Amino acid sequence: MPNVILRAENVYKKYGKLEVLKGISFQVKQGETTVIIGPSGTGKSTLLTCINQLTPPDKGHIWLEDTEITNPNTDINIIRSSIGMVFQHFNLFTHLSVLDNVRIGLLVVKKTPMKEATEISMGKLNEVGLGDKIDAYPAELSGGQQQRVSIARALAMNPKLILFDEPTSALDPELIGEVLNVMTKLAEIGMTMVVVSHEMGFARAVANDIIFMEKGVIVEEGKPDKMFNDSENPRTREFLHKITELYGGKTE
Amino acid sequence: MSFLMLALDIMPKLLEGAIVTIELTIIAIMIGIFIGIPVAMGRVYGNKPVYAICTFFVEIIRGTPLLTQLFILYFGLPSIGIMLSPFMAAMIGLGINSAAYQAEYFRGAIQSVKKEQLIAAYSIGMNQMQAIRHIILPQMFRLVIPSWSNELIYLLKYSSMAYMIQAPEIMSQGRLIASRNFRTFEVFIIVALIYLVLVSILSKILDMVENKFRIPGL
Repeated sequence: MPNVILRAENVYKKYGKLEVLKGISFQVKQGETTVIIGPSGTGKSTLLTCINQLTPPDKGHIWLEDTEITNPNTDINIIRSSIGMVFQHFNLFTHLSVLDNVRIGLLVVKKTPMKEATEISMGKLNEVGLGDKIDAYPAELSGGQQQRVSIARALAMNPKLILFDEPTSALDPELIGEVLNVMTKLAEIGMTMVVVSHEMGFARAVANDIIFMEKGVIVEEGKPDKMFNDSENPRTREFLHKITELYGGKTE
Repeated sequence: MSFLMLALDIMPKLLEGAIVTIELTIIAIMIGIFIGIPVAMGRVYGNKPVYAICTFFVEIIRGTPLLTQLFILYFGLPSIGIMLSPFMAAMIGLGINSAAYQAEYFRGAIQSVKKEQLIAAYSIGMNQMQAIRHIILPQMFRLVIPSWSNELIYLLKYSSMAYMIQAPEIMSQGRLIASRNFRTFEVFIIVALIYLVLVSILSKILDMVENKFRIPGL
C-alpha cells in the first residue's frame, strides 16, 4: 500500500453567503494522479487553493502526510514550498528570465546555494524541454512554453505533490499537447498530482482516480474505467457525455 | 554688449547656480525615494494606524503649496529655535514635498503589479517580505519609471522656488546678475536655456534607464 500524501476531511468554504465547498473529503496516495472534473463554478479551483491555504477553508482538516496543513500552528510557507502549484494563466514572474523563474524559489525560500540551484533548475528545464530557453523572458514565450516553465518552477522545489489548476484551459488548442505530454511523463515517473481539468483524454489515460464535483460536493469518485463506462450517478454520465463531445476525449 | 558676450560674461556665475540646482534636485529626489517608498508600502500593506499616518503625510504635503512649506522651514522654524541654512531648508523642503508625490507614484505602481504575481510567490513558499522584496519591488520599479521621470523633471524646475528663501541656485544667481546689469530680459532667457539643456539631458538619461530596464517581450 502506498502512503497517503494528501488527505482532506470535510473541507468547507463559504464566500459571503455562497457555499462553494460543502464538505469535501478525499485522499491522494503517493505517486497517484487524481483528476477533478465538473462544471464551472463548482468549487474545483477553490478546493485546490484550500489545499495550499491560498484560500484557507472555513471548516475541515487537510493533511500533507502527517502534517495537518489546516492547523494554525503549522508553518504554511514550509508546506507551500513542498506543494507545487501550476496555474491556469501560468503566473510566471514577468520580470525574471526563465531560469530565474525556476531558480528563485530555491534561492529565496530554500536558501539553496546559487550553483546547486542553477543545476537543479537547468535539470528541470531540460525535463520539460526548455533547456534552450533559459535566458528568455515569459512574455517572449508561447503559452505552452510558459506553462512548461511553470511546471519546472514547481518541480524545482522537489514537491511532494503538485496541484494543477486547469493547466491547459488558457492555451491555444495546438499547444495543449506539449503541456499534457509533460504532465503524462510526470505521472509515469511517479509524481503525485491533483489536476483540475477538462481534458478527458488525459483523465482517462493518466488518472488513477477521477473525482466528479458539482455544486460544492463530490458527486462520484472512481477509477477512470468505471467513471467513463459504468458510472453510478446519472449526473456523472450526463456531464461526461457532454464534456467528451466538447473536448473529444480520446477513445481507446 | 552683445547677447553672446553677455552670455559668456555671466555664464560662470549661472553655472555655479546650476550646480546648486542639480545638487538640490539630486538630494531632494533621494530623500523623496527613501521616504516615498516606505510611505507607499504603508499605504498599501500597512495596518490601520500605519495607513492613517502615511495617508495623513501625503495629504498634508500635497494639500499645501511648496512655497509655503519652504517658508515654514526657513522663516518659521527659527521661532522655535531651529535655524536652517537656505540650502538645508530647500533640500529638506523639496525632499519632503517630492516624497509625498513619489509615494503616490510608487503606490500606483505597487498596485498595478498583478495579484497573480503575489499568489505565485506565495505558492512556492515565499512569505510576504520575500514576495515584496523579490517580486513586487522589482516590478514596481519598472512600472514607476515613466511617472517617476516626470517627478524628477518637475523637481529640477520646482527647485527654482528655493530662490525665495535665498538658496544660491540658478534663479538666485540670475536675479543677482540682473539687479546689477539691468539686462533682465537677456539674463532670464539664458537662465531658461540652461534649464532647458538640463531637462533635455535628464530626459535623455531617463529614456536610457527605461530602455535598460525594459522587460523583454513586454
